[in-house]
Amino acid sequence: MSKRLSQRLRGPNATFLIATLLFFVVVQALLSFGLLNNFWRGIIFWGVAITIVSLGLNLIYGFNGQFSLGQYGFYAIGAYASADVTYRFMRSDNSALIVVIGGSVITLLLMWGLSALLRRFYGVSTISAFVFNLLATIIGFGCAVVILVPALNAPISALLAVLPSGLAQQIVFFFALLGGAALAGIVSFLFGMPGLELGSDYFGIATLGFTIIIKVLLDNTDTILPFPEMKGARGMVGIPQWTTWPWVFFSFMLVVLVMRNVLHSSTGRTIVAVREDERAAELVGIDTAQSKLLAFVLGSVFAGLAGGIRAHDLAFLHPQSFNFIQSFNPLIIVVFGGLGSMTGTIFAGFTWILLLEGVLRLYLPAGFETWRFVVYPLLLIMMMLLRPEGLLGQYEIAFLRAKLPTLNRKLTTPAPTAEEVTA
Amino acid sequence: MTVQGVNNGLLTHRRNGRVLNWISAGLLALAGLFVLYVLGKAAWANPNVFLQQVLNGLQLGFIYALIALGYTMIYGIVKLINFAHGDVFMVGAFTSFFAISTAELHRWPLLFWPGISEGVATVIGSATVILLSMLVAGFLAVVMERFAYRPLRNKPRIAALITAIGVSFFLEYFAALPFAYTNNYITYPRPFDIYVFHHSDISPVIVGGAWGLFLLSLALFGVLAWMGKRGNQQAYVWSHHPALQFGMLLGGFLAVVLTLVGGGISIRGEEADLTVSNVVLVIMISSILLQVVLQYIVQRTRLGKAMRASAYDKPAARLMGINVDTVIAATFALGGGLAGAAGVLYATAFKQVHHLMGIIPGLKAFVAAVIGGIGSIPGALVGALIMGQTEVLSAGFISTPMRDAISFSMLIVVLLVRPQGIFGEPPTEKV
Repeated sequence: MSKRLSQRLRGPNATFLIATLLFFVVVQALLSFGLLNNFWRGIIFWGVAITIVSLGLNLIYGFNGQFSLGQYGFYAIGAYASADVTYRFMRSDNSALIVVIGGSVITLLLMWGLSALLRRFYGVSTISAFVFNLLATIIGFGCAVVILVPALNAPISALLAVLPSGLAQQIVFFFALLGGAALAGIVSFLFGMPGLELGSDYFGIATLGFTIIIKVLLDNTDTILPFPEMKGARGMVGIPQWTTWPWVFFSFMLVVLVMRNVLHSSTGRTIVAVREDERAAELVGIDTAQSKLLAFVLGSVFAGLAGGIRAHDLAFLHPQSFNFIQSFNPLIIVVFGGLGSMTGTIFAGFTWILLLEGVLRLYLPAGFETWRFVVYPLLLIMMMLLRPEGLLGQYEIAFLRAKLPTLNRKLTTPAPTAEEVTA
Repeated sequence: MTVQGVNNGLLTHRRNGRVLNWISAGLLALAGLFVLYVLGKAAWANPNVFLQQVLNGLQLGFIYALIALGYTMIYGIVKLINFAHGDVFMVGAFTSFFAISTAELHRWPLLFWPGISEGVATVIGSATVILLSMLVAGFLAVVMERFAYRPLRNKPRIAALITAIGVSFFLEYFAALPFAYTNNYITYPRPFDIYVFHHSDISPVIVGGAWGLFLLSLALFGVLAWMGKRGNQQAYVWSHHPALQFGMLLGGFLAVVLTLVGGGISIRGEEADLTVSNVVLVIMISSILLQVVLQYIVQRTRLGKAMRASAYDKPAARLMGINVDTVIAATFALGGGLAGAAGVLYATAFKQVHHLMGIIPGLKAFVAAVIGGIGSIPGALVGALIMGQTEVLSAGFISTPMRDAISFSMLIVVLLVRPQGIFGEPPTEKV
């Protein structure tokens, strides 16, 4: 066992581990010694959040070929859901926590049962599968609201009150992030099931519509939706600022590792196969619908997670920041970095935030602040004209590159010749 | 189109899922019936308001139709969602804003021919403003195509899409600069004064004329189509003549609108009191006119033939000696011109201009184009009318703040039921 671990920690893996740990320690040190002011701290945290969103989009668009503009919708869902959980916790009300986590668990169980049930039938159209899953979701969250909240609110509040307040906070924050991501995942599953059948451009427009619908709903959270604490178009204030560098860093690493390992598994190869040629993938027996749905849901879960991180860093949420115009940002980042390159997305995500929100904001001469969005599209157009395949193209650092499976290595060694065999 | 399960040996025991499909279709139908019930209840409670909303929806629908035509043509020929199209619409609107507020272009006939009557001067002046905006917007679209999209023609499609987003941002935020336009909502000086027609303003002669135009062109179309069916090729060609289409479309819409307003109809014993403003009529007439002109260009001229050929197969069109680049530039010019006209009409109807005014109408027009079937010119009109009605009726009777959400839900619903749109042809996949 120890030998295998030491084997694993050689070469690119070790380099990656050391580099990321160094990054973690350096930023943590800078933060603890107060060398980074709040502006640059915010820029780094924002950079990580937008990179996670973009990695999700890269999984959907870069690796699976499904053009999506809905990433900010899921980002918003994650942000608002997790912010609601912690907001209510701060006011000693855990109903949001119970609804988000309990509802998600019940819904996932119901969906699991439903898929087992639907498997016993043939010829079930996608729309009817969607309708049943929608019903399952409504029942799941309805049960959480009607049954779980009255039953569990008092005991959970008592339990969290017994714990030391710092620990209780961290636990609630963890479940808030988890709940936001889960909610984004469930919504993306429901949306993707019928939506992904539409094919590339139509799906893009449908997801754009989804983002607009989410934004309109967020504008009316206190009038149409029953969430007065979200304050609709006035913006949600009073979210605790709990995001710390370890949370940001380890969420980021989690996303990178999950994405890398998924992509290099057989599931990931089906995802890439669907991008290359959907019809051919179907012909070799890949369940393309399932593969597309998996990539879409996973990408949206990443967006939901990033939303939770961003919400608890900024401590303020406004529907306008989840406008569909903003939803072009991850797309631009992914294309800038290179479609289908995780390294490129990470690089472009940080560069984009540093450039647009950091450097251009700080160093444009006085009186030229409004030129920020005139310079930026010009750079964008120049970039696309000069290097349409993105900054890094298909380049990956060694750690993220596909490792040749052992089976392939055996196959590539030359077969023994007849002389060797006889000898 | 099925949910595929794991083939775990149960294949023979799997039952037909038809029942489940029926159940879900029933549930969806119930949801649809509920919407119809809400609308029907509103219509029954106050038919006057309901019909008035339908008339208002026509105004929005015809503006969306003009924008949607550009989208549908550009998408049809270069397969690019031109996100900057909504901003061409915005540029058209504020070209006319400057033409009217600083140059007073809408009053030029009065300067040249002092004795001319006020009405004729207004018509000529407004037409000039619209034409100027069309020219500027069309020119802008061509420039955009030449410098931003043409170099990327053979590159991955996403590069052109990102460039379109870039061009869109550039136009929006350049317009917001202090010396260009500022980012305020500015009151738009209408080229002509608004006048609301009431029941008493519309003489039965005009209503009869509209019905006459409609019925005459319909009858002519019927006869020619019948003759064409009997084998008369020339009659068949004549039956699709744009003038006939114009007569039928304009006559039909005018007849319905004018009958509603001035026909003295009574609903449940109560005299209807509906109004229509001259802006609505201008929008309707110019939209239908431009639509038919476009239909003429696409169906009857060499340029249109080249456009259709390029949309169908670009390499083959090039082999046939068509200059595809010119054709694409012409498509952009036509689409941009229509968007410019739409901008003037929109600003006239809503009386304000803003540097982000193009985004939402642009997207809704794109949705209209998709609903009608992308690449189809009649589809753009039908889709746009559906979008206009959806927006106005949902704002009026379902939920005002949710009207955008409901409009975009329409897109998802239509795409699920009929992915190629109402008039679209199902996509053929080359394997």
